[in-house]
Amino acid sequence: MDWFPLLNSIRIALISTVIIFFVGIFSAYYIAKAPRLVKGVLDVILTLPLVLPPTVVGYLLLRVLGPKRIIGAWFLENFDLKLTMTWWSAIFATTVVIFPLMYRTARGAFESFDETLAYSAQSLGLSNSYIFWRVRMPYCRQGILAGTVLAFARALGEYGATSMLCGYTPGRTATISTTVYQLWRTNDDGLAFQWVMVNLAISFVVLLAVNMLEKKNGKKGGI
Amino acid sequence: MSLYVDIEKNWGSFHLKVKFEAGDETISLLGASGCGKSLTLKCIAGIETPDKGKIIVDGVTLFDSDKKINLSPQERRTGLMFQNYALFPNMTVLQNIRAGAKREKDAQKRNNMVQSVMESFGLSEFANRYPHQLSGGQQQRVALARILVSSPRILLLDEPFSALDSHLRFKLEREVRHVIREFGKTVVLVSHDRDEVFRMSDSIAVMDAGRIERIGSRGAVFADPQTRKGAILTGCKNVSSIERLENGQLWATDWDMVLTVQNALLDVTAVGVRMKTIRPGPGENGYRCRVVEEIENPFSYTIMLEPLNSKCTVPIGWELLKKDWEILRADEVGIHIPTEAVLLLRDK
Repeated sequence: MDWFPLLNSIRIALISTVIIFFVGIFSAYYIAKAPRLVKGVLDVILTLPLVLPPTVVGYLLLRVLGPKRIIGAWFLENFDLKLTMTWWSAIFATTVVIFPLMYRTARGAFESFDETLAYSAQSLGLSNSYIFWRVRMPYCRQGILAGTVLAFARALGEYGATSMLCGYTPGRTATISTTVYQLWRTNDDGLAFQWVMVNLAISFVVLLAVNMLEKKNGKKGGI
Repeated sequence: MSLYVDIEKNWGSFHLKVKFEAGDETISLLGASGCGKSLTLKCIAGIETPDKGKIIVDGVTLFDSDKKINLSPQERRTGLMFQNYALFPNMTVLQNIRAGAKREKDAQKRNNMVQSVMESFGLSEFANRYPHQLSGGQQQRVALARILVSSPRILLLDEPFSALDSHLRFKLEREVRHVIREFGKTVVLVSHDRDEVFRMSDSIAVMDAGRIERIGSRGAVFADPQTRKGAILTGCKNVSSIERLENGQLWATDWDMVLTVQNALLDVTAVGVRMKTIRPGPGENGYRCRVVEEIENPFSYTIMLEPLNSKCTVPIGWELLKKDWEILRADEVGIHIPTEAVLLLRDK
């Protein structure tokens, strides 16, 4: 069995989760503080990828990143770089698809934050960055961790947008989900089943991790 | 003068407009919830920004809308304590205190400060506990220690005792009074509890709907609250509207009683009588009354009375010791209200 799809899926999921961890948290933090109207509008736009079919996300991404489209053409001309059909093209797809998961859970966590902690900290003379990293983030740790794990799991299983942006090339762009589809399509039922089991095992471990995180937090009195 | 506040702020339909000063003393803002007392405190701490005005603490201008001065909460050095104490839940007691000492840049000095405050507040044995492992009283002690180690110019206490049971509250009030004495500078206390306010403060500002209704020494404010709201907030349960009679007497319309009072100015529109100041037997402003209801308290009775043959719409309450009522108990009793016991109030 060629393990490339597993490796490829994991590196795509890891990189996009790291990116979305920061982007999601910072947008959640600033949008949670925004005026109501701005918040409402941004919320709709940023949550959209969660409800759109992944093929629609893939289509829209191709509209801008494709070799003949505005951004894609610019990169091709200036850097001789094709943004589609490489293994890392999938990162564009997964980041867009998992962003709402991170953003929404982080925002929920920030909104439940007890602002009196921040006010007290400010009065004690603690800097705003100290307050963010040492008070606000630890307080919201549970929600943020849950969001991160969910985002990672979703990135690992992304199929629609990924297959549109980087297709299926064995040993180059194949991920677990595109491999399963390809194997099933070519009647290689045995191998398809093996990959399905691999995917199930990973999902199982991830969900177990989420549950254990929640339990641990529950015991410590909801810190 | 260590604190000068003169600010205005519009908050939706709520309009805050307060002006007061205080020396090295404890001043309390007394008011019902939503009167603007906590908002005032937040404006002093720099968490909320007033629309205009001036805030000066210890000669340092914290806020001045004309001169465009608006110090950050960090630069203001106001020791702000919330009702829930706002201890950082992810840090131990020691880490919380250390966080409070961060303004001191010299590590040696900082350690000494932390050490001495841990000892003087008796926190050494809890050093490695987390806030949720402490009782309410211990949490309050940590919060105070954390504030004092940050060397504030002023203490701002927002409802410091309302999260506590009454027996603990009494004990902690004594501790906090001690801390305040040691601190020796201006303390602003926000509370809705008149007894607590009276015990804790030198002066009192009674607030209602974003304004200060009455300000003065605690004795003066309780003896002469001047407004209907002030009377109610300082615990006067009997308040009635009045009509002025030609002979200078006041007719308390709710109780249907005509009262002789000491020089009532023309703007007086209501009177108040504290339940404990009513006296038994004949005398000035004497009435025979029917007992409408007898309410038993742990150590006293509250007797609701209505003058005989009157058009009284709201009975007047009289509180007296159990042993006294047990002697006087009857369906009809004679009472009188000494003229100096009648509080003359404005509505406004």
